[in-house]
Amino acid sequence: MENMVNIFLFGKKYQVPDNLTIMCAMEYAGYQLVRGCGCRNGFCGACATIYRIKGDQELKACLACQTKVEDNMYIATLPFFPLVKQVYDINNVSPTQQIMMQLYPEIYACIGCNACTKACTQGLNVMQYIAYAQRGDFKACAEESFDCVMCGVCSARCPAGISHPQVAMLARRINGKYLAPKCGHLEDRVKEIKDGTFEELIEALMQKPVSEMKELYNNRDIEK
Amino acid sequence: MYSEKFQESIKKVEAARDKNIALEPRRMTADEKEQLLAAYHPDYKQDEFRVLTVGPNKGEKVPKELSEMLEAHSRIRDMKIDLSSPAYDVDVLVIGGGGAGASAAIEAHEAGANVMIVTKLRIGDANTMMAEGGIQAADKPNDSPAIHFVDAFGGGHFAAKRELLRKLVCDAPDAIEWLSELGVEFDKDKDGNMITTHGGGTSRKRMHAAKDYSGAEIMRTLRDEVLNREIPVVDFTSAIELILDENGNAAGAVLLNMETGEIMAARAKTVVIATGGAGRMHYQGFPTSNHYGATADGLVLGYRAGAKLLYADTLQYHPTGAAYPEQIFGALVTEKVRSLGAKLINKNGEAFMHPLETRDVSAASIIRECSTRENGVETGNGFGVWLDTPMIEKIGGAGTIEKRIPAMMRMFEKYGIDIRVEPILVYPTLHYQNGGLDIDEDGMTTNVKNLYVAGEAVGGIHGRNRLMGNSLLDIIVFGRSAGKNAAKKSREVTLGALTLSHVDRFEKELEDANVDTCKVSPKLLPDYRRK
Repeated sequence: MENMVNIFLFGKKYQVPDNLTIMCAMEYAGYQLVRGCGCRNGFCGACATIYRIKGDQELKACLACQTKVEDNMYIATLPFFPLVKQVYDINNVSPTQQIMMQLYPEIYACIGCNACTKACTQGLNVMQYIAYAQRGDFKACAEESFDCVMCGVCSARCPAGISHPQVAMLARRINGKYLAPKCGHLEDRVKEIKDGTFEELIEALMQKPVSEMKELYNNRDIEK
Repeated sequence: MYSEKFQESIKKVEAARDKNIALEPRRMTADEKEQLLAAYHPDYKQDEFRVLTVGPNKGEKVPKELSEMLEAHSRIRDMKIDLSSPAYDVDVLVIGGGGAGASAAIEAHEAGANVMIVTKLRIGDANTMMAEGGIQAADKPNDSPAIHFVDAFGGGHFAAKRELLRKLVCDAPDAIEWLSELGVEFDKDKDGNMITTHGGGTSRKRMHAAKDYSGAEIMRTLRDEVLNREIPVVDFTSAIELILDENGNAAGAVLLNMETGEIMAARAKTVVIATGGAGRMHYQGFPTSNHYGATADGLVLGYRAGAKLLYADTLQYHPTGAAYPEQIFGALVTEKVRSLGAKLINKNGEAFMHPLETRDVSAASIIRECSTRENGVETGNGFGVWLDTPMIEKIGGAGTIEKRIPAMMRMFEKYGIDIRVEPILVYPTLHYQNGGLDIDEDGMTTNVKNLYVAGEAVGGIHGRNRLMGNSLLDIIVFGRSAGKNAAKKSREVTLGALTLSHVDRFEKELEDANVDTCKVSPKLLPDYRRK
């Protein structure tokens, strides 16, 4: 037996089984989704949603694909939020505090209200990663923001108009490109391939009959 | 927390945990694998396939659901489309905004072409975003592109087009370097060495990762780069038919605004199909790990325009889709969970197979365990087997799960399951389209000129099964290459008059073959409304 609950999609009442996610409940109610639905698995941030449970003051935010319905849930989806994304040339930025001041100066207007952190659908410490960005600690900002799906709910709640996900995106790219230690064995291998080191080996594989390839495959040595 | 009905089996799993950690299950022999696949893998269920009666692959079998789309009517049948003044006019038109499309667009732009992306949903709404486990590249001293080649060729049942596979493995290290230079954060140790693991069927640890957000990290970086380059992205717009020129070469696409229904035309000197996979076709009724728009659109577009399919009869069922709870039924549980040491355990607490066989073999083995062997755990929604995640913490130390697979931890945490102390239930889920459009080494289709394909819409790179981590790799390698080649080619192209006569021809072919259908294609989106 399915237990039914009442939910309110954009204020309109529907009765849906209580085991559904908000996304599936909308479909159960008859919505053919185009906006507000992407990976359906919590990775893409397409289905940011705000809701309030009747009788409760608190406005909550979630991903519709990752959250079960509750009785008396008032739901509004947020399929798009106008984040500010500054354009820059990754090959032409310096990994210093300067770049944040230049591209996203509004982060210094953060009033410390922590609304971003409270709203984060991924449970990240958003205000903290903005603090790291303010002082140019891109590595810490990258680490703290890593699980961000860029749904934009934090920015929707920010009185200072900060586009947190874009700030974090910049920090991660700077960290990945400039601050993380370079990979020696990767550079060596790219060079070896350019120099044709493996050409003969590969060419031999291109010609081998399938029977020999099977032999090779079935008896290959597997690293522990 | 699992309810009472699971506890008895969980106790057995717990009791056998130390013994199972120590155990190195035997790998199956080639013969054992063949027999297992023939008996249990969904690709071998003959009555789930149909022989095509029209088009370039007439006489070959494909999944029933795909044949319905390939033999459906065009969405523009009986429509008058004005091709005289296209809404968009570019050098390179990229259809699809996933990892392959974004890579192609970046490289075409780098080569100086006027390039644009059209995408059915948003840029980044793609299977790339959901790839968790990692990306392969033979860049360690004990490894080589040749070893990578042998692993992938054997894993794909010796069916890959060797010239495509050669490109895949030889361009892999450069792909990793390209991504690193764009700012993708790979897991490294303090000296910069890549932290790599095994995937099913690999003989060297060459799986590079960014925690278990590998695809998301790559996709969001590529998207950011597309936006930095100010490459036009026309979102919520799908291509519903290719446009050819009077010489039969690709020359653009008919576009549909997904929200307003408006139909437009785009003219282009070269076209790149990067439309991705087909999980939302739900072949054989399987759930899927794929994103909402994975409906094989590119295969339909290409097929109607005369492009050939290769291996369209082979799909990949990822062995470990979530089997419980039902809210995440079919969602991907990354293979990296097994790379880190978790084993597959049946309801009696037995490690019934080596956890890192290739995906097709693993999927078939789990299906066998849950069917004829009757060793599956009843989930309320079918059966599953345990994936004993707490083993990871025992092997790698406390904190390993949170550090290496945070997305998995979060996914189950939402439903009250702590994967650090409780095992999870898994069953195969429809994951990847092994087959697709047939291309040459430059990425151009073998029989429609100026039509390039990249990513999951391609067939032949992997053969009849794909190894973990070779798909994130192929979207980058073949995406980049398609972008470069399409840009280069666009400089030589002089377009003839645009035409949609191939669509009429295809309709005529359907009629002549007595195909009686009320379906239209491409599918664009699945319909999950309550019927």
